[in-house]
Amino acid sequence: MPTSKSLARGVAMVGAGMSRFGAFAEKNTRDLFVEAYKEMKKTVDKGLDPAVIEALYIGNFSSDQFEHQAHIAPLLTDAIGLTPRPATRVEDACASGGVALRQGVMMIASGMADVVLVGGAEKMTALNTAAVTEALATAADMPFEIPAGFTFPGFYAAMASAYMHQYGMKSEHLMNVAIKNHDNAALNPNAQFGVTIQKWMEGRVAAAVKKGKPAPTWSTIWDFLHDESGNPTVAWPLRLFDCSPVTDGAAAILLVAEERAHEFTDHPIHIIGSGQASDSALHDRPELTTIPAAKIASSRAYEMAGVTAKDIRIAEVHDCFTIAEVIASEDLGFFAPGEGFKAAEDGMTARNGAKPINTSGGLKAKGHPVGASGVAQAIEVWKQMRGQAEARQVEGDVSLALTHNVGATGSTCVVHVYERRN
Amino acid sequence: MSEETKVVRPFSAAAFDQYISEHRLMAARCTKCGGMYVPPRAICPKCHSEELEWVETSGKGELAAFTVIWSGPTFMIEQGFDRKNPYISGIVELEEGARISARITGIDPTKPTEIKIGTPLTVDFVEFGEGEKKKTYLAFKA
Repeated sequence: MPTSKSLARGVAMVGAGMSRFGAFAEKNTRDLFVEAYKEMKKTVDKGLDPAVIEALYIGNFSSDQFEHQAHIAPLLTDAIGLTPRPATRVEDACASGGVALRQGVMMIASGMADVVLVGGAEKMTALNTAAVTEALATAADMPFEIPAGFTFPGFYAAMASAYMHQYGMKSEHLMNVAIKNHDNAALNPNAQFGVTIQKWMEGRVAAAVKKGKPAPTWSTIWDFLHDESGNPTVAWPLRLFDCSPVTDGAAAILLVAEERAHEFTDHPIHIIGSGQASDSALHDRPELTTIPAAKIASSRAYEMAGVTAKDIRIAEVHDCFTIAEVIASEDLGFFAPGEGFKAAEDGMTARNGAKPINTSGGLKAKGHPVGASGVAQAIEVWKQMRGQAEARQVEGDVSLALTHNVGATGSTCVVHVYERRN
Repeated sequence: MSEETKVVRPFSAAAFDQYISEHRLMAARCTKCGGMYVPPRAICPKCHSEELEWVETSGKGELAAFTVIWSGPTFMIEQGFDRKNPYISGIVELEEGARISARITGIDPTKPTEIKIGTPLTVDFVEFGEGEKKKTYLAFKA
């Protein structure tokens, strides 16, 4: 297999904005994208004349199924008044956003454009839970995986069963990841569930009391997370709080050729590494405790960037389920195989830990509007690297960061490495 | 002895499902490098050969990974599964080396911590529906 090449010229991120993530009955994909675009414009330090945008790449998994609307890229381009620029929708399941980002990087690096808008958007809440679950299932291998009765929580739960068998992890260990991500999201004004698990539990107790029902007897969040009525099992061993939610949301970032970054900001974030890989269905993999496409994508991104896992200060990784974050932390080389769950338990991946992961709240607590997630990850990196993450800002220099975005159970993975130079 | 004309089915999902409805779990084997593939493939991912042949598997395997699903898709709900009646989905490693996704039967889904990776399994075929709507699902039983 050929190794990664290099970028022909540098690419910089000079603007990054997102809509609120949540459930918005009155907003469709178009409305959400307009919101994200407006937010992005506010973040361009020296201002943005939209006319300079030359092309758009939009990550979107399935507006076809969620809204009965295909061909979404020109619609979103039109909604922000930017036709006749070339507009392309990118679909790689939950990696759609990250892969859209990679297309933008490649277009600029190749010299075909100087200024590219990369967006991601998904409107999921118009359908009921069963319909959303079935729409998401189409990201799997329909004829050969779905007849077995698998759902997406089910696939990742099966990976968890293999991981538990191999490394002795207990399902309770996964709760550390959910607790951390909620702690982070509580400080993220754009998060869908911007509330700690403690506060959520207290809210449940207060609601029961208000309705005149017997108050639940949870005294700690561990009681709550172990109780089926607070945290029901979805696909053993994964429970409600191990699973990312159904979300509406959009995100937008502005990429420019490095040599023109100064026109937009004195503090650009350089994208110095990009890697992507594909893989077959979960059952075709020799090991179920790792996502091979993530190892390949990250090693290519590290090689292009000229850095290693040790150099990365923070990462936004694809925690569609808590086990996915544990596995990602190992695939990315942050921890040895079988050590990821212990690192989470020891606080190493907390905001004040040695390797902060998902300071945004992750997919779990920030939300997972499928096509937008990969782009939203880059937005958190942008904020942290520029010291703009407010209450959830990590300490000290954040000069190297990484985003990791996965499609389905890892049949697509795309990784980017970012650098701040000034 | 007369020669039979053998019609070789294409290495497609439709052919695989047809075999399943005949209660046969078939693999595609690469005639060049010997790679065994279930579900079938038309092109060998190891050596890129396009010369594959169907072989029948022994139907024996062991449990490589599993989950108990309490909230399944519509077609499982139609078969009577819900929060009071969960089911097991798993990945089975066949004796021949290939792995496949399948329903797992013959194990109590309400005691997941007692389910052991490595449990020996035998292929089973679960039928549901009548006439035109009859579908055969691949399963493995403990």
